[in-house]
Amino acid sequence: MSEVAKSEAAFSKRRVKLISNPLNDDNPVTIQVLGICSALAVTVQLKPTFIMAVAVTFVIVFSNLIYSIIRNAVPGRIRIIVQLAVIATFVILVDQVLKAYAYEMSKQLSVFIGLIITNCIVMGRLEAFAGSNKPYDSVLDGVGSGLGYSWIILAVAVGRELFGSGSLFGFKVFEAIFNPINSALGTEWAYTNNGLMVNPIGAFMLLGIIIWVQRTKSGYVEE
Amino acid sequence: MEDLFSLFVRSIFVENMIFAYFLGMCSFLAVSKKVSTAVGLGAAVIFVLAITAPINWMLQEYVLKENALFNITGIAGLENTNFEFLQFIMFIAVIAAMVQLVEMIIEALSPALYGSLGIFLPLIAVNCSILGGSLFMVQRDYTSVVEPLVYGLGSGIGWMLAIVALAAIREKMKYSHVPNGLKGLGITMIITGLMAFGFMSFMGIEI
Repeated sequence: MSEVAKSEAAFSKRRVKLISNPLNDDNPVTIQVLGICSALAVTVQLKPTFIMAVAVTFVIVFSNLIYSIIRNAVPGRIRIIVQLAVIATFVILVDQVLKAYAYEMSKQLSVFIGLIITNCIVMGRLEAFAGSNKPYDSVLDGVGSGLGYSWIILAVAVGRELFGSGSLFGFKVFEAIFNPINSALGTEWAYTNNGLMVNPIGAFMLLGIIIWVQRTKSGYVEE
Repeated sequence: MEDLFSLFVRSIFVENMIFAYFLGMCSFLAVSKKVSTAVGLGAAVIFVLAITAPINWMLQEYVLKENALFNITGIAGLENTNFEFLQFIMFIAVIAAMVQLVEMIIEALSPALYGSLGIFLPLIAVNCSILGGSLFMVQRDYTSVVEPLVYGLGSGIGWMLAIVALAAIREKMKYSHVPNGLKGLGITMIITGLMAFGFMSFMGIEI
């Protein structure tokens, strides 16, 4: 090309928006209603939730990158299966790494690592964004969506582990607070774990409430 | 071999795909606005689950498992093969192919059914409950091809039960005053939670 295109800054306004939008205004979980399955299933404790968040973000970013690179070579009719193949490849990678280095964790997450393949967020981003955008933008979009998903599931997990088992990352929060008080004052204060939060029901309620708060703040109304 | 009837009932109620494992939530929430469409999607899920679970079981048992290829073919040099790392990609390929096949068969045999199911079938390839069903089936070490079939059928029926019930509730909800921020997804999550409460009463039942 004779004409040198004016190149965009690496973090121009538009590109920062690609990352920041999915965090709140266009959150994949609470606004677009995608990827709910894993958002609920793995969030009983923070540790597996954190692993899951990292795994999903990794898969979104890299499948966005790869699919965006090959987007012009993929015939429209078979794009779904190509997308699935790209995603499955990265999920297998994550699964094998977890099995090798964190076997306990991979046992605990059981089928949910495999189910990242059918996590609608990943596929939704490939279909809606990476299929029609340049690789660098797609990576940014993947980072944004991954983080948007991560903060929601981490928020749910904080609520569920704190109130369901009285701990955070396995650290007994309530005991740490009450024990010194009890020994000083001679009282017997304690927190009784709320079984509802360990249960699926707690996850639904918490996510419902998070959605309520977030939508009230952003003013988004469905229908 | 497990009692098939008990497996069937358990997979519908006790181990309900939605209320116990949260699988297939995306389409569960997105397509549950009307009962008629919910019935269509539910039927398609039953169909595909009942087909893919046994096929994936055979794939796992006769091809992917350690030493499976040698046991079947007896060809020297195939000993100690282990393709289990290919599990995900093989399963999802089978599911995508089956969905395509089912779509074509239904289109040819019954245009009326295709008219009502057709639009949902492509959606199902990425429904987590289908892949989840196959992955659970591997974890549970079923011993014959009948068990995954019954399991797939039962899980599908359980899924349909859940989505039809939710759709019925949501149709009635049109007439109630829901706070603005809670409209749509928010209230649906809370309703699903309450429904899961109901399904908890099945827990621990042994048949």
